[in-house]
Amino acid sequence: MGKLATIARRTFLIGSAAAVGGVAFGVYKVRQTAPNPLLGDLPQGITALTPYVRIDGQGVTLIAPRAEMGQGIHTTLAALVAEELDVAWDSIRVEHGPPGAAYYNRAVMEHNVPFADLDQSVTAEAMRGAMGVMAKLLPIQVTGGSSNVVDLFDRMRTAGAAARFALVAAAAQKLGLPAAQLKTDNGSVLAPDGQRLTYVELAPAAAGIDLPASPPLKAREQWRYLGKSMPRVDMVAKCNGTATFGIDVRLPGMVFATVRMNPAMGAALLRFDATAAKTMRGVLKVIELPGGVAVIANNTWRAFQAVQAVQCEWAEPGYPASTAAAMEAITASMTDKHRDSRLRDDGDVDKALAGGTVLEAEYRVPFLAHATMEPMNAVALLKDGKLDIWAGVQNPTAARDLAAKAAGLDAAHVHVHVMLMGGGFGRRLESDYVVQAAQLAVAMTGTPVKLTWRREEDMTLDFYRPAAVARLRGATAGKQAHALDVRVASLSPAESNLGRLGLPAMGPDTKIIEGAFDQPYGIANYRATAYRTPAGRPVSYTRSVGNSYNGFFIESFIDELAAQAGDDPLRMRLALLTHEPSRKVLSAVASMSAWGQPMAAGRGRGVAFHLCRGVPVAQVVEITVTKDGVKIDKVFVAVDVGTTLDPRNLEAQLQSGVIFGLSAALYGEITFAKGAAEQTNFHDYPVLRMQQAPQITVKVLEGGGAIRGVGETGVPPVAPALANAIYQATGRRIRELPLRKHIAFV
Amino acid sequence: MDMKLTVNGTSHAIDIEPEMPLLWVLRDELNLPGTKFGCGMAQCGACTVHVDGNAVRSCVTPVGSVSGAVTTVEGLGTPTTLHAVQAAWIEHQVAQCGYCQSGQIMSAAALLQTNRAPTDADIDEAMSGNLCRCGAYPRIRAAIHDAARRVQRTGGA
Repeated sequence: MGKLATIARRTFLIGSAAAVGGVAFGVYKVRQTAPNPLLGDLPQGITALTPYVRIDGQGVTLIAPRAEMGQGIHTTLAALVAEELDVAWDSIRVEHGPPGAAYYNRAVMEHNVPFADLDQSVTAEAMRGAMGVMAKLLPIQVTGGSSNVVDLFDRMRTAGAAARFALVAAAAQKLGLPAAQLKTDNGSVLAPDGQRLTYVELAPAAAGIDLPASPPLKAREQWRYLGKSMPRVDMVAKCNGTATFGIDVRLPGMVFATVRMNPAMGAALLRFDATAAKTMRGVLKVIELPGGVAVIANNTWRAFQAVQAVQCEWAEPGYPASTAAAMEAITASMTDKHRDSRLRDDGDVDKALAGGTVLEAEYRVPFLAHATMEPMNAVALLKDGKLDIWAGVQNPTAARDLAAKAAGLDAAHVHVHVMLMGGGFGRRLESDYVVQAAQLAVAMTGTPVKLTWRREEDMTLDFYRPAAVARLRGATAGKQAHALDVRVASLSPAESNLGRLGLPAMGPDTKIIEGAFDQPYGIANYRATAYRTPAGRPVSYTRSVGNSYNGFFIESFIDELAAQAGDDPLRMRLALLTHEPSRKVLSAVASMSAWGQPMAAGRGRGVAFHLCRGVPVAQVVEITVTKDGVKIDKVFVAVDVGTTLDPRNLEAQLQSGVIFGLSAALYGEITFAKGAAEQTNFHDYPVLRMQQAPQITVKVLEGGGAIRGVGETGVPPVAPALANAIYQATGRRIRELPLRKHIAFV
Repeated sequence: MDMKLTVNGTSHAIDIEPEMPLLWVLRDELNLPGTKFGCGMAQCGACTVHVDGNAVRSCVTPVGSVSGAVTTVEGLGTPTTLHAVQAAWIEHQVAQCGYCQSGQIMSAAALLQTNRAPTDADIDEAMSGNLCRCGAYPRIRAAIHDAARRVQRTGGA
């Protein structure tokens, strides 16, 4: 294990995110259980039985180790704990836990090995094990990568079962009865004579019981919460306006701030003049930050007005400053010098493509903004040498460590209160806004500061999904694809993100090519090569990451090959797929959409398949071509997640992925001039609206494989399925996103 | 100069410049954070409130121009008696991240005040100004139809 871990560390980018600071390796540390972060500051009368379960006078609180950004994870985690702990659904409360080593995310690391998700070879599994070990050591408490249920399915149930064990043992001691004679019922232990001891009263004694490491877990047939559609724990608060997002935090005496950074992200502020801004009503302070300015005022809007009155002179960026130059850098990197990986090389592609009819195509996708509904924000208070931060963050350990560094404090003196997020999509894996809030707190020591970004700042100072270019070649024999050569060039989100975390970027970035090398197509000659464009404007992870564009490249091109072979595109995919659950989702979507049935003139349908984070998903998009443009009528989705924990939430996640993917497919594009993004708000960065949202029908299969998350899965296939439908209806093959550059939509 | 403003049935006298958008008076001055900031230019609808029952985008509405009674999501229903739209939202489990939902709910409630049986086209028109990045649109539509049935049953929104 030690050797593999070293190889992993030296050879591969860690992926989504990691904590800043020392990396201490050693087997002893792996075996050591991480300290329970709740024990540090528990007031008297409150018991923390495990890092995930806290019991006080009011009842049971689940301490969620992952952040809620819309995906319903707090509800699912509550169901996992409640199932084993045996508490009533409406009695359980959920809080986000503090950053702590016990909350590390193993699964998000395991997805970052350079093996296909379906590869279960000894080497791939050993590497996943090593990456999981690294997650514990670093530690990595990331919410992202569709990793939550994968990581926590067993851990949360075990936490619930262990806590229940201790409560029963405490009751047994108190009653002088063997534990085997006791039962539990909705938050109480029941004695054979009907006596009832509540968990609340048993908790202090239970805290002294040694917890079993592997308590027995319920069989699936015994589940009463899992597998059912549970009311979300955050639903009522989100419908009556009482849910507290980061932007809603209010502290006594708080002041309100905003920032204005060099629109050429990362480049310097040369000089500024705040004379006019300082005279404006409510302005308390104008301060310089690295690369920009901040205004602190007594009202957010006053800060917004004043920051625009500051005269700033910006430095030029050291990277390509226009869209044309950025795209040129990407295409120019498609050379051996910049080759990043070749993770698939089946058969002999060069031989298969020599002679015969070879289909060649170039595909492109643009830079994309995350555009969460809640603009970036954070509240910070520096007082008595301690820094408290309230913010929606997907990587609280990184936020804590980077804020500590900015404030000149030890991380032990920084407390991050993780708030509900008004969308994440990967944007909140970055900590820039948290660092700024920490800097403002230093400038206003003793006074809480709320930093809120204007939408214009949020749109233009984003760590974008990088643009990418693919060159594909393929050949068919009879009615089958027998050669596929895919080459993809893009900026490396891992290199960019890790650099900000102070970690070196070593080895290939699988994110560039994920979704292109790992698809379960049994094409005899199949090669996938990634090229890494030299670092330019900062980029980062966006929902489904490389899959978001590689799905479009591969699934559009497979359609082109089917057209060349004169075959039905769905039938050809079925014939190519070597993975049975993948074949089943494709067959399911075919029957849902009545694939093959004739359609009226002016209508069309397209199909795409994709395997993302181990989840096979197939989609069919139905369109009507009207005189004003294309109307998207229906989307059918079939997916296999192994085991379904909450059917209604699963449906919501897939519908969400489809709408998110359609926004990018139709409209999403960030362009640059003089280093600045040219799109500033939703008027020039449109996203899908109500009247454009298609009917979305979801069917979930349970193939019995490992449990998987679906936060990202719905995204990748929808763009190619739509482009394929447009091809079927109009004969036009569009090889560039956003599609609206080539065809109108209504 | 003090400005008079009635919000959720409570009148306030506040010293504020009349050009400040209603949104920031609600959020920062009156500490009513249920109304959300999304774009600042009436593009996303997260800031939707009612003025005399009509849906307005508070982020572009100067507080000095507001003469009617303001209702925010905090004043739409109460925890014990939810508004029909809120009840339908909960029944259909509409919210994901939930950030846009205050605005969605206020737009939907305003729609049902003037149209008790909205068609899909009516919903498209009334809700087209409210963005949802989580893509809850299918459930928003279903919940509005459900809320309309609730309103029809009880005879009032």
